Amino acid sequence: MDFRLSEELELWRKTVREFTEKEVAPYDAEMDRANDLPWDIVRKMSESGFFGVPFPEEYGGAGMGSLAAVITIEELARGSASVALTLDAHWLATDPIFMFGTEEQKKKYLPDLVSGKKLAAFALTEPVAGSDAAGIMSTAVRDGDYWILNGTKAFITNGGAAETYVIAVKTDKTKGARGISTFIVEKGTPGFSIGKKEDKMGCRGSVTTELILDNCRVPAENMLGKEGEGFKVAMVALDFGRVCVGAMGVGCATAAMEAAGRYANQRQAFGGPLAKLQAVQFKIADMAMGIEAARLLTYRAAWLRDAGQRYTTEAAMAKVFGAEVAMSTCKDAIQIFGGYGYTRDYPVERYLRDAKLLEIGEGASEVLRMVIGMNTLKELA
Amino acid sequence: MHIVVCIKQVPATLDVRVDPVTHNLIREGTESVINSFDENALEEALRLREKFGGTVSVISMGPPQVREALRKALAMGADAAYLLCDRALGGADTLATAYTLAQGIRRLAPFDLILCGRHAVDADTGQVGPELAERLNLPQVTMVKKLECDGKTIVAWRECEEGTAVWELPLPAVVTVESKINTPRYPSPIGIVRSAKKPLTVWTAKDLDVDEDQIGLKGSPTRVLRLFSPQRTSHVEILPGEPEEAARALVAKLREQKVL
Repeated sequence: MDFRLSEELELWRKTVREFTEKEVAPYDAEMDRANDLPWDIVRKMSESGFFGVPFPEEYGGAGMGSLAAVITIEELARGSASVALTLDAHWLATDPIFMFGTEEQKKKYLPDLVSGKKLAAFALTEPVAGSDAAGIMSTAVRDGDYWILNGTKAFITNGGAAETYVIAVKTDKTKGARGISTFIVEKGTPGFSIGKKEDKMGCRGSVTTELILDNCRVPAENMLGKEGEGFKVAMVALDFGRVCVGAMGVGCATAAMEAAGRYANQRQAFGGPLAKLQAVQFKIADMAMGIEAARLLTYRAAWLRDAGQRYTTEAAMAKVFGAEVAMSTCKDAIQIFGGYGYTRDYPVERYLRDAKLLEIGEGASEVLRMVIGMNTLKELA
Repeated sequence: MHIVVCIKQVPATLDVRVDPVTHNLIREGTESVINSFDENALEEALRLREKFGGTVSVISMGPPQVREALRKALAMGADAAYLLCDRALGGADTLATAYTLAQGIRRLAPFDLILCGRHAVDADTGQVGPELAERLNLPQVTMVKKLECDGKTIVAWRECEEGTAVWELPLPAVVTVESKINTPRYPSPIGIVRSAKKPLTVWTAKDLDVDEDQIGLKGSPTRVLRLFSPQRTSHVEILPGEPEEAARALVAKLREQKVL
């Protein structure tokens, strides 16, 4: 067993860290206030090849695999959870096209998505169905060489900003999960529009909107995967997405711990720095342990994926644990900052607002605990 | 075109510690990066290659860990890297460094242009580029903020205290660059993947055809006799009176000090 990263991954981590420190982190507070996607940063990420990290060279990527992808997200999240989320959501839609797309679909869509010339969004959640994903109500009805899509999608990250959407709808209302199919829908398709933009608590530098399908005619060749295979497409996509969210948790928690640690070393109280107080040391210790454990869970889940093994349970573990470590670390970081931590003059309150999303999106902690519990019990039976 | 770029690995932090006995920089335990001006030099070389084709070679002298800096240069797009690495080269001052680099660069001939950063951010001398030009008997311009090239000659805009000097030089030549000249690219993921297959050659003193008396500590006439931190003194003077009056007095003082 060797925990060292390859020279290649170390160099990439350093590169993303340098990029994040110079190009991303200084703008995180501003994008939070503006509640808008920082297109300049997205363009720079595209120019520097960020979007293609996990995809093969054949489609314009670097073929560096899932571990490199996870490191990218982690390092970006240290500077901005919003920017990391934008990339995570982009991959959540790009990856299923790579995994399930026909050769024609891959040739048509992947080059622009892998280069980051266009953004992508993945749409499963609806106003009436989040965790209960099989309960979605949107439909698609066949009409010759087309499918007619109807319904509303909710809380779609990259909504409006994306040019390419992977949308899950029911093609057979009589069935649950097996009645779902996924379609690739391009922005500008008649009948497809962007709905309300959410005014979110955190991750405000990423955009989240509703999507409205009103008799949207989509060519039959845009179906992604087979008819009725949509739930599987979504679950495969979400497995990878969850590892990325785990990595966001690691990055976000690291940023909070670094801020709290710096403050604790400087701030004087009771005749010395806060760092001399055991109550503060214990908080930092819990942060450091949580981050280390979350990082290892995340890296191992990515490693399993790269090794071609099943990793659904591990992905769920990485996501739940990473999200919860981020929440507890940000909460304690604010406590160390005291009154200052509760103000917008310091970043830790923003980190906490960002971290909360990680317990909700791409599989709420409760649903993922069900997945982990059921799978573990199955192994114990 | 064959462009040679000289790079130096320097500590990542400007908070450099100095060994109180040897007066050398303490490099252990600090993270290292490519000297930022050298990244500008590399970026300029890559842009010229994009325009004229050819190859970009990077060369550095230093301990084995400089491989990491060269690896990054390859990931940014350089075609080949050369590390001059030998205990016999250690302790070199700028004269010995320039001599050794010149011997290394001679092995890379033919070349059209040698690019360096204007100075290294750790020792701040800015001497190696000019010394290199003398050693190789090539024309040189330092502190260049803009460079144009037609493949045979270069036009270089040189930053001066009170303006800009524009020079035209025949190639081959040595040019040291300012940070204003460009914004260096980040290594791309595909660049990092491909860099693993690019050649990184290590040359020892034996490979270089060097005069042993001119390399390393032996070839370095520079002696650091004393090192001290600059004394910072501040003088505060309160200008009394109404704001207008105080402002007038302030302007007069600033004129007196030749600030205005």
